[in-house]
Amino acid sequence: MKTTELPRWASGFVLPVLNLLSALLVSALVIHLLGESPVESLQILVNSAVINPEGLSYTLFYASTFVFTGLAVSIAMKAGLFNIGAEGQMYLGGLGLTLAMLSFDATLSAWLLIPLAIVASALFGAAWAFIPGYLQARRGSHVVVTTIMFNFIAAGLMNFLILKMVPEGDQNPASRVFTDAAAIPQLSTWLPFFGENTPLNLAFLLALVALVIYWVAVSRSSWGYQLQATGLNAHAAHYAGVRISRTIIVTMLISGGLAGLAAVNSILGSTHYLSLNFPAGAGFIGIAIALMGRQHPVGILLSAVLFGALIQGGFDLSLEKPNIPQETFIFIQGLIILFCGAMENMYAPAVLKLINATRRKG
Amino acid sequence: MEDFQFASILVSTIRYAPVLIFAALAGLFAERSGVVDIGLEGKILASAFVSAGVAYTYQDPWIGIAAGILASVALALVQAFVSITQKGNQLVAGIAINIAMSGLTFVVAQYFFQQGGRTPDLGEARLSTVVLPGAELVAGVPGLGWFWTRLVGGHSPLVYFAFALLPIVHWVLFHSRFGLRLRACGENPHAADAAGISVQRTRYTAMIIAGVLCSFSGAYLSIVQSGFFLRDMSAGAGYLALTALVFGNWRPLHTVLGCLMFGFFAALQIQIEGVDLPVVGRIPGSLIQMIPYIVTVVVLAGLMAKSVAPKALGKPFVKSR
Amino acid sequence: MQPAVEFRNISKAFGPVQANADVSFSIAKGSIHGVIGENGAGKSTLMSILYGYYHADSGQLVINGAEQKIRSSQEAIGLGIGMVHQHFMLVENMTVLDNVMLGTEGGFKLSKKRAETEAKLREICTRYRLDVDPLAVISDLSVGAQQRVEILKQIYRSAEILILDEPTAVLTTQEIASLFDILRLFKEQGKTIILITHKLGEIMEITDQVTVMRAGRVAGAVATRDTSKEQLANMMVGRPIEGNLPRTPHAPGAPVLQVEGLELKDANGVQLLADIALTVHAGEIVAIAGVSGNGQSELMEILSGMRLPTAGNVAMEGQPLPFAGRSNADGLPATFRKLGIGHVPEDRLRDGVIKDFSVMQNTVFGYQDRVTKGMGLFDFDAIAKRCAHLLEAFDVRPKDPNVRIGLLSGGNQQKVVIAREVSAAPKLMLVGQPTRGVDIGTIESIHTQLLRLRDEGVAILLVSTELEEVRALADRIVVMSGGRVTGELHIDEFDTTRIGLLMGGMHKS
Repeated sequence: MKTTELPRWASGFVLPVLNLLSALLVSALVIHLLGESPVESLQILVNSAVINPEGLSYTLFYASTFVFTGLAVSIAMKAGLFNIGAEGQMYLGGLGLTLAMLSFDATLSAWLLIPLAIVASALFGAAWAFIPGYLQARRGSHVVVTTIMFNFIAAGLMNFLILKMVPEGDQNPASRVFTDAAAIPQLSTWLPFFGENTPLNLAFLLALVALVIYWVAVSRSSWGYQLQATGLNAHAAHYAGVRISRTIIVTMLISGGLAGLAAVNSILGSTHYLSLNFPAGAGFIGIAIALMGRQHPVGILLSAVLFGALIQGGFDLSLEKPNIPQETFIFIQGLIILFCGAMENMYAPAVLKLINATRRKG
Repeated sequence: MEDFQFASILVSTIRYAPVLIFAALAGLFAERSGVVDIGLEGKILASAFVSAGVAYTYQDPWIGIAAGILASVALALVQAFVSITQKGNQLVAGIAINIAMSGLTFVVAQYFFQQGGRTPDLGEARLSTVVLPGAELVAGVPGLGWFWTRLVGGHSPLVYFAFALLPIVHWVLFHSRFGLRLRACGENPHAADAAGISVQRTRYTAMIIAGVLCSFSGAYLSIVQSGFFLRDMSAGAGYLALTALVFGNWRPLHTVLGCLMFGFFAALQIQIEGVDLPVVGRIPGSLIQMIPYIVTVVVLAGLMAKSVAPKALGKPFVKSR
Repeated sequence: MQPAVEFRNISKAFGPVQANADVSFSIAKGSIHGVIGENGAGKSTLMSILYGYYHADSGQLVINGAEQKIRSSQEAIGLGIGMVHQHFMLVENMTVLDNVMLGTEGGFKLSKKRAETEAKLREICTRYRLDVDPLAVISDLSVGAQQRVEILKQIYRSAEILILDEPTAVLTTQEIASLFDILRLFKEQGKTIILITHKLGEIMEITDQVTVMRAGRVAGAVATRDTSKEQLANMMVGRPIEGNLPRTPHAPGAPVLQVEGLELKDANGVQLLADIALTVHAGEIVAIAGVSGNGQSELMEILSGMRLPTAGNVAMEGQPLPFAGRSNADGLPATFRKLGIGHVPEDRLRDGVIKDFSVMQNTVFGYQDRVTKGMGLFDFDAIAKRCAHLLEAFDVRPKDPNVRIGLLSGGNQQKVVIAREVSAAPKLMLVGQPTRGVDIGTIESIHTQLLRLRDEGVAILLVSTELEEVRALADRIVVMSGGRVTGELHIDEFDTTRIGLLMGGMHKS
C-alpha cells in the first residue's frame, strides 16, 4: 500500500492527525486506568501550558529546545538516516558552549559571548556526529547503532568531565555558574505578557530562524534537493551525480550541529551552568517530533510546541495528580513515535477507500 | 594493587553476564529470522518491573517470572505486528517500545506501590542460591574451594539457566527443523517461501521466543540482582546485547562470549574505581564505563565488511509472485 | 507414446499485454525440447503457467496424458515438474544438504533425516555426474555448481520434467559443456527437459525439438535435425522490418566516443564485459542490439559514470574519461555530464527519476547545479519557464508541472526524461531501451526526437532489444552477446538472419 496513491492532503495531513489521535486515545485509556479522568487531566494540562501566560512561556521555552533537536533528526531523515544520537550531540554541544563560556565569560561582552556560544555548541555537536556519519558513508556501519553507542559514550565522557569542573567545595555535579554576561536576553523583557523571569528567551527566535533556514535549504536549494533525492532513491541520486558519501557525512554534521544548538536554549536560557544529564531526553523527543511533524518546518514547529505543552502541562499535572507523574509523558512520547513513525500507513487503506467511495458518489 | 581482586572480578562477570545473555539470545532469534529487534531494552524494562511487582504481591519469585514473560511477549507481539504484518519501520518500532516502556514502567510502579516509581524490596521472596553438592566438603580447600563454592557454585538458578541456554539455543538453531526454517527466513525468505514455508508465521514465532528469553533478562535484573525494580534499571543492557550480537556475528557461542566480555568490563569498572594502577594512576569509573560502547563502534567500523548479518535482516517480506 | 507435456490453446494476458496467445505444442517424453524467442516473446510466461505461478486465461495443460489444473508450484512439484530459475532460490550460507532439506525436513530433529538425505544426494550426484558435495556451503560454490544444486533439488523431489530458464546466461564455456553432459544423462534416464533460451548454438547442440515463439504465439515447431540456425533466426525475428522514418543520409562527423579494450569483472570475478571496442561519431546513431542480459546494461553504466570498468580506455572527444585513480564511482556521473554526456537510463524508475518528486523537479534531475542563482538557491522562475517549454515541446501529458511524476504514464515519464537530457545539449547521448513500457503513439515521437538529435550532430549510442527500433534508428549496428561484441554492421547491411545469428551468440567469424 503506497501512500503515493493518496492525494497529498490525505497523506500529509489526515494520516498524521489520525496517527496522533490514536496515540492520544491510548494515552487517555492509560490515564483512565490510573484512576484519573482523561478529560480533567487534559483541562489541567491545557490550562497550565497554554492558557496561563507564564505557563505558555515555559511551553515555548521547551519548544525552542525541541525545535532544534527535531530539526536535527529531521534533516538526517531527509537523507534517509536515522540519527538517534541527538541526545549525545546536544550533550556535547553543551560542553562546547561551557568551555567557551568558562574561558571568556569574564572578559568578553554578551554581544560576543552569545554568538560564540552558538558557534561552539554547534561545532561540538557536529563533531560528535562526525564519526557515525563517516562510518555509515565509508564502511556501511549502520548509523542507528553507532549513534546509540555515541549517546552512551557521551554519558560516560561528560560524567567524567563535569565532575572535573565542579568548583571547590561544591556538592552539585555541575560546572560553576556563568557570569551574567553569558545570559541570553529573556523575551519577557520585551513581552511582559509572559510574566516576570521566565526562561523563554531569544533562542526561541533563533529556533524560528533555524526553521526558516531549514525550509529554504531543503526545498529551495540545490543541496537540499540532492539531500532529498539521496533519501528517496539513492540509486537515482547516484545517476544524477550526487556525491552520496559526502552528502551523508555533511548531513550528519549539520544534524549534530543542530542538536548541539539546542544546548544554547537550555543552558544559557535557564540554568547557566553545565549539569549532569541536562538534555533530559530532548534528543529522543526530537525523534518523536521529526516523525510527527513529517520533517516539515510547520509540522516540526507545531510538534515542538505540542511537546513543550506536554512537558510543561505534564509538570503541573504531576503536582496535582500524583498518579500521573511526568514519566507518563515519556510513555506518550513512545506511543507517538510508534503510531506516527512505525505504523504511519496503518490507516492509509481505510482512508483511500473512503476517498474513493466519496468520489464515486460525488 | 592489593585491593585488586581478580577473583572477585571473575565472579562478578558471571553474575552480570546473564542480563546480557538472555537479551542477546532473544535478539538472536528475532534477527536470525529477519526482524531487527532494537526493542530489547523496552522488553527488559517491562519484564523487570512486572516480575518484581508481581513477585512482591504474591511473595513468590516464580509467579513473578511467569508474569514477566507475559509482559515481554505482549510487547514482542506488538513489535511483530508492526514489523511483519504492517511492514513498518522496524527500527522506529523498537525505539518507540523502548521509550514507551521507560515511561510506562515508572508510572505503573508509582501507581501500585507509591514508592517513587520503584517496587518494594523483595526481601526473602527472591530465588535462593544454588549450592553445588559437596560444597561444604571442599569449602576449606584453597583454590578449589573458591572455585567450587563461589565461581561455579553459589549462583542463582537463573545464572545456570542462562549458560545452559547456550547449548540449547545452538542445538535448536542448527539441528532442528524450526532452526533451519528460521535461518532460511533470515537469509533468503524467497527461497523459504518457494520451499513452502510461511515466512510470516516463522517470524512471529521467532519474536515470541525473543519475548520469552528477553523476559528472563529483566527478571534477573529485578529479582536476582537488586531485589526491586528501579526506573530505567536496564541502563542500556538491551543495546549492549545487540552489540554482543554484532560482535558475535549472530552466532550463539560468540555472542555469549561477547556478553561475557561486556560483563567483564562492567565488573572491572566497579573494582578499578579508586584503585591506583601503575603508570596510569586512578582511572575514573565513568571512563571505564565507556569501554564497551567504544568497543562496539570499533567492531562496527572494522568488522562491518566481515560482520555478516542475516541477509534479509530488516527487510519486510513481500511475496514476489 | 504420450507426450510429457502438452499445451493446448494457452492464452494469458496481463492487462492490455497479450503475453501468450493460443499457444499449442507438445513436448515428447524423454526428449530435450528447446523453447526459443526474443525478449517479450512469451516463453517465461508460458513456463510460469506450467509451474503454477500464473493461471492461464484459457486453454489446457495436459501432463502425461491427463489434463491438469496447476494452481501452485507445490502442485507442479507434485506432478513431477521442477524448475531451475534464472535467479537461484538458494540460502547462501547454508550447505547444499540444508538447502535441499528445507521444506522437507521430515521431523523436528534434523539429524534423523540428514544422513538419509545425504546418502540419497550422493547417489543422485553419482548417477547424473553432478559433481556436487552435499556438505559444501553454497557461497563457496561457483555459479555453475550452484546451478547444479538447483538441479539436484529438483531431482531429489523426483522431478521427471525439468524446466531450465536461460540456464547458460551465467555460465562459462566449460560449465555449459558440463551442464549439457548432465542433460544428456537425464535424457538417457527418460527425463524430459525443457530448455528456454535465446542462444541458437545451444539449441542446435543439445535439443531434439524446438518451438520458436514470437509475440506471444508459436512461430514454428521443428525437429532440430531438420532445421538450421538461419531458419531458426528467421522464425525468431520473423517479420520484415522496414525503416520508415525520414532521415538525412549518414554523414558522420568526428569521433565523439571511443571505447577500447573495455573489461568489467564483478565482485565474484565473473567476466561481465570482455574486450569491448566501438566508436560513435557526431551525427550518427550506433545501436547496440542484443537480448538483454548480455552486458549492454553494464556498458551503459560505465559510459555514464555510474560504474567503474576493471580495464580499458574510453575517450570523449579525444580526452580520456576520468576513471583513473578512483576506487568508486561516487559523484562521477556529474563529471560525465559536464563533459557533455547525456543519459536516458534503461530503468527510469530506478535510476532516471524520483517517483515522489514533481514533474518540474524531475526536469532538473542531474542538472540541479545549473539552475541556481546565488548561494545555491534555485532560480524557480527559470526552472518553471524551462519546464513549461519542455512540457509543451515534448507534448507531455498532463501538462502539469506540479504533479508527482510517479502518477504519469510510462510514456510521459520517458518524455520528461528525454526532454531533460536533450535540453542539456549533450554531445553524446546514451539511450537505454527508450521505448520500454511506452505506448505506441509515444514511440514514434521518441524516435522522431532521436533522429532530429542525430541530424543536429549529436552522437547517439542506443541500446535496444527491439529490432524494429534498431532498424528505424541506427546508422550502424553493434551486436553484443555474452559480454562481447559479436559483430558490427552498417544499416545497409541489415539482415535479420545475420543479426539473429549474432544475437544468438554466433560470432561473425
